[in-house]
Amino acid sequence: MKIGVITYPGTLDDRDAQRAIRLAGGTPVPLWHDDDDLKKVDAVVLPGGFSYGDYLRCGAIAAKAPATKEVIRLAAKGLPVLGICNGFQVLVESHLLPGGLIRNEKQHFICRDQKLRVENNETAWTSLFEKDQEILIPLKNGEGGYIATDDTLKMLEQENRIAFRYVETNPNGSMNDIAGITNERGNVVGLMPHPEHAVEAGFGPDTPTAMRSGIDGLLFFESVLKMVVNS
Amino acid sequence: MPKIIVEIMPKQDLLDPQGKAVANSLRREGKKEITAVRIGKRIELHFDREITDQDLTMAKDQAANFLSNDVIEDVVAVTKED
Repeated sequence: MKIGVITYPGTLDDRDAQRAIRLAGGTPVPLWHDDDDLKKVDAVVLPGGFSYGDYLRCGAIAAKAPATKEVIRLAAKGLPVLGICNGFQVLVESHLLPGGLIRNEKQHFICRDQKLRVENNETAWTSLFEKDQEILIPLKNGEGGYIATDDTLKMLEQENRIAFRYVETNPNGSMNDIAGITNERGNVVGLMPHPEHAVEAGFGPDTPTAMRSGIDGLLFFESVLKMVVNS
Repeated sequence: MPKIIVEIMPKQDLLDPQGKAVANSLRREGKKEITAVRIGKRIELHFDREITDQDLTMAKDQAANFLSNDVIEDVVAVTKED
């Protein structure tokens, strides 16, 4: 099972995403932004970071990269795509997902372990979660405030396309506490928090059980691997 | 040099933290008559030849679809400048 991870100039979490895929039992395939050959991967992760230095707008230039254009083409055919943080910003700038992301409500960069609720466990990347399961994964961003028009928000709510919501505290002023959303088909998922940083005991968030033992992020990658195997 | 100027502003109802900080500073300087400051972007597209109507149409298209994001910004002007 090959999962591609695109590296743009300024991407930071590509190797963490590759490591998460490996720990979940998949084979990570590094992909380069300037190459439209996605190497026949079974799924793609757009990792976090600051692609093109966040020039113009976060994710705007990466949305036009040759590799992204190929992702857009294949996503329409059902290729599973996960956008994490800056990757989520690339997905909204690519119009694979609706809405936009603006500077955090209180203007600060936020880095914390964040509780989320899985609202939709029928996507390619969430099928191994229970519906309404609460998970804990790191969040680290400066421009993570999700916004959309009233019509878009209504549509997302009605079509069960809100994949994750912030629980207990809304860290960045996101509308409707939205942490992540999915497309109509459920193959494209984007979220601001970072599942790839909670995949190995000893290196994840603190949990009531033990320090740094949180591995809730692993299920994102195991979900997509399971789906690819079954299809 | 012929150029096309694209002007983009954050949407009215969105908080503009840069503008707010500058407005506060101006107020501190005693410029009480300034009620608000909003900061947008000016983008210049330089051409190596005369600009045609087609170029202007292309620039408007790029302004709407790439240079701005209509969820958070408005294109307020796309103009030719010789």
